[in-house]
Formats: sequence, C-alpha cells, structure tokens
Amino acid sequence: MTPLRISIAAAVAAVILLLVILELIRSRRLQERYALLWLLTGLVIFVLSAWRGLLGRLSDLVGIAYPPSALFILAAFFVLLVLLHYSTVISKLSDQNRVLAQRLALLERRLEEAREGGPEHL
Amino acid sequence: MATRYETLQASHVAGQRRLRTLAIVPAHNEEGSVGSVLRELRSLEPGFEIVVIDDGSTDRTAAIAEADGVAVIRLPFNLGIGGAVQTGYQYARDNGFDVAVQVDGDGQHDPREIQRLLEPLLEGRADMVVGTRFAAGGGYRGTRLRRIGIHIFAAVVSMLVRARVTDTTSGFRAVNRKTLRLFAADYPHDYPEVEATVLAVRHGLRMVEVPVQMRVRETGSSSITALRSVYYMVKVLLALFIGLFRRYSTPLEEP
Repeated sequence: MTPLRISIAAAVAAVILLLVILELIRSRRLQERYALLWLLTGLVIFVLSAWRGLLGRLSDLVGIAYPPSALFILAAFFVLLVLLHYSTVISKLSDQNRVLAQRLALLERRLEEAREGGPEHL
Repeated sequence: MATRYETLQASHVAGQRRLRTLAIVPAHNEEGSVGSVLRELRSLEPGFEIVVIDDGSTDRTAAIAEADGVAVIRLPFNLGIGGAVQTGYQYARDNGFDVAVQVDGDGQHDPREIQRLLEPLLEGRADMVVGTRFAAGGGYRGTRLRRIGIHIFAAVVSMLVRARVTDTTSGFRAVNRKTLRLFAADYPHDYPEVEATVLAVRHGLRMVEVPVQMRVRETGSSSITALRSVYYMVKVLLALFIGLFRRYSTPLEEP
C-alpha cells in the first residue's frame, strides 16, 4: 500500500496542476485543444493518488513492488505523451510558418511589380 | 413581385441608405457543390454580395468560385471552419456590411431559407438568427451519435443562455453589424457554433432560432467522424464550462 503521506502529497500536486491548467485556459493563455492532454494527466494522477487500492492493484499487475514508483512511472509516461504531442504541433506550426513566409514574399513581389508597372497591373 | 425581404427592407430603412448584405461561404474541398451553391445564391438573393472563404482546399474549389466572379479569399492553409468563418466576418466588418449570412459551401444550407433568417434581424427583434433543424417545421435526419450530441449541447446551452435553444450546432446563421463585429474580433476555434452562441448571448446580444429545412450534403463527406465526435463533445463542454468564469469585454459599438 502506498504510504498515506505520499498519496496526500501526490493528490495535492495533481489538484494544483489541474487548477493551474484551468486558470490558463480561462485567461486564454492556453487553448482547449492543447489543454485536454494536460487535464487527462492531472486527472489520472489525482485518481491514482486518492484511490490507493487501485494503484496497489495496478502495481501488482505489472510487477512493481513499491506502488509509489508506479505513480511516478505513469506521470513520466504522460509527460512523454505531452512532449510527443507538442512535437507534432511544432511540426505543423513550422510547416504553416513556411507557407506564410512564401505567400508573403510572393505578395510583396506582386506589389513591387504593380508599383513598377502602374496600378493596371495590380 | 416584391419579396418579403424587399418589403421589409423598404419599410425598415425608409429614407436611409440601402442595407449592405453579405453571404459568407466557407468551403474546404467542395468543388462538387460550391458552383451550384453560388449559382443558387445569386439567383435567389441578388441583393447579396458573396465572399467565398477557401479554407486551404487542395481541389478546384477556389478556381470554380473565381470563375463565378464572386470575391474569393484563399487561406494559405486549412484553418478549420472557425478560422474560415471568422475571416468572413472580418471581411464583412472591414467592408462595412450591415448583415452577414453564413451559407456552407457544401450545399446543406438552402438559400431559399435565407429570407426567414433575415426577418428577425430586419424587424430588430434579434442580433443573431440561427436556422434550426429541430424546432417545429424543420426536418433533420443524422446519425444517432450526432443527434445525441446535438441534444446534449442543446440542453447545456439552453441552461447557459437561459432560453430554449434546440440546435446549437447549426452553422446556418444571420447576424447584424454588432454581432459580426464581435465575431470578427473573437470567434472560437475548431467546432465554433456552440461556443459562438453562448459568446454572443454573454455579450448581451439577442439570439432567435428560426426553423429551416436543411438538405443532405450534395458531395464530399462530413468532417465529423465517431472519434472526433467524442473529442468534439469533451472540448466544447470544457470550453463552455470555462467560459462561465470568463469576463467578456469585446466592445460591440463602432469605434
């Protein structure tokens, strides 16, 4: 069984994480679509730290002798998941950024041509 | 014969300048339907100017719209329906339109129903009119999952705006200048219709639903699949919940 103090500390940390995420969404510094994975992380950690029997059973299932390590492994797994998600988001953003730069450069060139050739070329 | 709209417009703006009305047509890979949507719009609503927002299509959507002679805005990449529609509202705001109507490029919104959307606006009873598939007189058949989702949203939104709302996911809407200015400045992402309704009401704008018939999509497929529906529900419910704790302060009056 997880020591009670570890459970309490983990549950408090999870609740703080959840509150910070909700406040970030509320103040529009975090979009809902990027918050969902974070919220899931906070919820899972909270449930497993509050429901100590479940954590114990999960640890037994995968052969972890000390249940609190299962909590940390799970937290690490979620952090990896969030990072992977961010890598895909960054890839998409850099792709879109390239397209934007190209469109802007082409537009600028067209504006130049229009200025040289008179307004009828616009 | 004068249409109801012309009569209303004549009585409503007697002595003033003519109302400028815009149809915003968001289209993402709708080459099979956008042409007929534009033809219908022009013949049924000649008083409307039309802008097509091509949301990063990879097919001939933009080319077809340009050949039709309407204004076309090509987004450099796919922004999703929220970003596309908001671009339309920004175009409406910047070009001094008084009324904007959203008409999907996939053909599901029947231009014959536009008059019914306009009436509450022109009579000054509403700032935003939503064409609903569920109120008496409308007809809708969709998958069960979609219908359940639509009903859950209807219940939640009705509670939030303290009025009965039957169809929160309908994108067939008409708005006046005040509302289009709000949407140009602030419009939700991804799946915007549900949140936009609450956003407008929270800003003190009056929303009215009007029953309309919608058509089955002519071509293409709906972007909403089963897994996405679940994501959609969770995301929108989260946004609605958090919206309760937001202070809204987008100015609605002209600067």
